[in-house]
Amino acid sequence: MKKKTTMTVTDMRCLAEGIYSMKLQYPEWDMPQEVKPGQFAGLYPNDPSKLLPRPISICRWDPGRGELRFVFRTAGPGTESLAALRTGDRVDMLGILGNGYDPEKLSGKRVLLLGGGIGIPPMVELAAVLSKLPGTEVTAVMGYRDSDLFLTKELSACARLLIATEDGSVGTKGNVLDAVRENDVRADVICACGPMPMLRAVKKYAAGSGVPAYISLEERMACGVGACLGCVTKTAKVDEHSHVHNARICTEGPVFEAGEVEIG
Amino acid sequence: MTEMKEKRTPDMSVEIAGVKFKNPVMTASGTFGSGMEYSEFVDLNHLGAVVTKGVANVPWEGNPTPRVAEVYGGMLNAIGLQNPGIDVFIERDLAFLKQFDTRVIVNVCGHTEEEYLEVVERLADQPVDMLEINVSCPNVKKGAIQFGQDPGCLEDITAKIKRVAAQPVIMKLTPNVTDIAEMAKAAQAGGADAISLINTLMGMKIDIEKRKFVLANKTGGLSGPAIKPVAVRMVWQAAQAVDIPIIGMGGIASAEDAVEFMLAGASAVAVGAMNFHDPCLTQKVVDGMEQYLIRHNILTARELTGAVL
Repeated sequence: MKKKTTMTVTDMRCLAEGIYSMKLQYPEWDMPQEVKPGQFAGLYPNDPSKLLPRPISICRWDPGRGELRFVFRTAGPGTESLAALRTGDRVDMLGILGNGYDPEKLSGKRVLLLGGGIGIPPMVELAAVLSKLPGTEVTAVMGYRDSDLFLTKELSACARLLIATEDGSVGTKGNVLDAVRENDVRADVICACGPMPMLRAVKKYAAGSGVPAYISLEERMACGVGACLGCVTKTAKVDEHSHVHNARICTEGPVFEAGEVEIG
Repeated sequence: MTEMKEKRTPDMSVEIAGVKFKNPVMTASGTFGSGMEYSEFVDLNHLGAVVTKGVANVPWEGNPTPRVAEVYGGMLNAIGLQNPGIDVFIERDLAFLKQFDTRVIVNVCGHTEEEYLEVVERLADQPVDMLEINVSCPNVKKGAIQFGQDPGCLEDITAKIKRVAAQPVIMKLTPNVTDIAEMAKAAQAGGADAISLINTLMGMKIDIEKRKFVLANKTGGLSGPAIKPVAVRMVWQAAQAVDIPIIGMGGIASAEDAVEFMLAGASAVAVGAMNFHDPCLTQKVVDGMEQYLIRHNILTARELTGAVL
C-alpha cells in the first residue's frame, strides 16, 4: 500500500563529496508491510516552491526500528534542502514505490552486483538480503569517480567487494566491467544500477555472455505512482499500461530485465 | 428563550448540463490517470467526478523523455498524450471506473477531426457521463491545440462533435490565446454544453550547465500553483462572456483555491498537478470546501458560482 507519510530524521551525515546518508523513521502505526531491495520512495523538500517528490532508492530497511536509510547525491536545490535536514526534523515521504529486485530469482545463484556512483546505495540492501539466502554467492563490483568512496563497509560485510575508480586511485582503473574482466568474475545473474552509459554497457555484456541481467533505470519523475506517464522507458514488447512501447519506470520498474528495455 | 442556531450540513452538489455531481471537485485530465493509481490514496466515491487522461482512437506513444521538469511553484510537462487508445480504455479503464459511485468524464484527444469524432462515437453507448474535448494540449505536433487557438476552428469542431456526441460536451480551452472570452464564445456558439479551463501555459526550461533544453520536446505545458492567478482571471473573463457552465482549474492546491475559482465563475473545479504533491488532495479539497460553506453559513456550493462582489 502506497502512502504519503511524515517521517522523522533519525540520522544525517555526509559520506563523501555531495553524497549524503539519511535515516528516516516511520511513525509506529504506519509501517509498510514489505520493502524490497531496489524499491524507492519520493521525498518532498520542505519548500512550498517545490511540489514534486524526489525519487530516491532505498539503501537499507530496518523493520525492527521502522527505519529506512537513503543515500543520495545533491543535484540541485531540492536535494540540497534534503541534505540540510537534521536529526529530529520531519520530512514527507511517498512510499514505497516501484517493483524492486526479486530475491527469489537470485536465490542459490552466483549473483554479480554492479553499482556505479549513486547507483551504489540500492546494492547495499540487495547484498544484505541476498547474503541471507542459502547457497547464494554475492560479488559486488562498485564503480566510483575517485578515492572518495562510500558504503564500502556495508557492502564488504555481506559480499565479496571489488572496486573500480575512474582515476585508478583505488582498485581497477576504469569502470565496473573493467573490474569484472580484470578479476575474471563469473556469475549466473547480474543486478545493476548506475548511470545510463554503464547500464547500456552492462546490457551488452550480459547479452554477450548469456547471463540474465536486471537493471534499475532512472528518469525524471512527477507523480511516482504511474498516473502521469512522465518517466517512461522504451520497451521491446508492447507495454501493459498504454499498449505502446513505453513502460513506466516508477511502476513497471525501476528494475527491468535488461532484454525488456530498449536503452540504446 | 434563545433560539439554537442549527448548523446544517451544506449541500455540496452541483449540476452541469443536466448532470448532477455530488460535489464540485473533479480531477484534471492527465493528472489522475483513469483513477486506478490514485484509488490507493483517495476513495473515488467521494469525488464529484473523475476526468480521465486523454484517450484517442488508437494508442499514442507520446513524446521522448525527459517529459517532465520542475519549475518554481509548478512543473512543465510534455508527455504528448501517451494513451492506450479507445479499445483498451473501454475494456479496462471504464470498467474500473464503473465500480465507483462517481461521475465519469472522458477526455478525448485527436490529431484530426475524424479522430476526435471516432472516439466520441465509440463512447456513445458507454457508461460515460460527459465528454471533455481536448483542443488545447500544447505538446502534440498535429491537432489538439490547433483546433483551440482559432475561434472559427473551435466553433466548427465543437459543432461537429455535438452532432455525434451522445453525452453533454465540455470543450477544454487553452490559455495560450490572446482573448479567452472570444474562445469561450466560440465554444458556446458551436453548441458546447460547458467549457473547462485552463489547460497548461506553454513554457520552457533550459539547463544552463549543459546548455540544453530540459524537456526533450523543448517546450512543455506549465501547471501548478504558479499559474493559478492567470487561471482565475481567465475563468472570470470567460464567465463574463458566456452563459454555459465553467469547470475551473489551474494550480488548485487547497479548498481555498477551489473556492476562489467558484467565486470567479466556475460551477465546478478540477485538481491537477498538485495531485502529484499530495495524492490525497482531492479529498481534502472536498472536505475543506464543506468547512468553508459551514464557516460562512452558506447552504449550497452552487451559491458560490460567480459570487465575487
